Amino acid sequence: MMPDLGKHTEAVLSSYALSLLMLVLLVALSLWRGRKVRAEMEKTEQRMSRNG
Amino acid sequence: MSIAAKANTIWQYANPKKFLATSERVLPFFWATAAICLVVGLVWGFFFTPDDFRQGSTVKIIYLHVPSALMAINCWLMMLVTSLVWLVRRHHVSALAARAAAPIGVVMTLIALVTGAIWGQPMWGTWWAWDPRLTSFLILFLFYLGYIALWEAIEDPDTAADLTSVLCLVGSVFAILSRYAVNFWNQGLHQGASVMRAGAVTGTDTTEKVSNVFFYPLFLCIIGFVLLFIALVLYRTGTEIRARRIRALLARERAGA
Repeated sequence: MMPDLGKHTEAVLSSYALSLLMLVLLVALSLWRGRKVRAEMEKTEQRMSRNG
Repeated sequence: MSIAAKANTIWQYANPKKFLATSERVLPFFWATAAICLVVGLVWGFFFTPDDFRQGSTVKIIYLHVPSALMAINCWLMMLVTSLVWLVRRHHVSALAARAAAPIGVVMTLIALVTGAIWGQPMWGTWWAWDPRLTSFLILFLFYLGYIALWEAIEDPDTAADLTSVLCLVGSVFAILSRYAVNFWNQGLHQGASVMRAGAVTGTDTTEKVSNVFFYPLFLCIIGFVLLFIALVLYRTGTEIRARRIRALLARERAGA
């Protein structure tokens, strides 16, 4: 299944590994911060509505 | 409805609530189509395309290098448009969209620089050269970092939005240069455009172009990167809107205490 990359195996595989790692990190960090901020906003809104 | 009236409807998304409601409705579509295009495009390109007769298997790097470089430039141009909207119309969502896009641009520029260096080593015999396109891309990367740092350094969000918008206008010179540097100076190691060239796609341009066997999966990867960018910008802008609301609520709470 794995194509024969010849003498450029390291170059091709490292390009894919580094790029995909950066993309996955970008998406994961965006989702993580998004969820954190959303929960924080809901908590703040609840507290504010309780305190009038 | 007239064209002008239709164009005017875009301003309704300057309302944060309307923006959040619409983006939450369309986000699943963008996440899903981005994932499908990227997986199919990259698997097709990596496993089912032949080696190039000159570049060997390194041609497979094109499926990451070209889309990320395109998005690095276009992300800055999107930030330019939203910054101008902020400067002219003072819509907060617009400034927050520019802020949300900057880290995506950093990652895209970094992917383009890293894959370019890895590709350049076996093809040019060097990881790096002070070539017009490479250099303007490096400067664009530094502009992205400066833009993010400026947002973080200034406490008042409106002042930060003003100053980062001006920085964005200045940096646009390098975003455009990084696209056209090869044409302007006609020197250096980096080749001219061989993919996103109207004549190359339609066949009217007879100079060397990317073969269709590489172009089809590449086109799918480009679409995937564009869709991923849209999904990330919408999601991250929503996060920035909520963070701004938290700051406003806390300020109101402090003022009332």
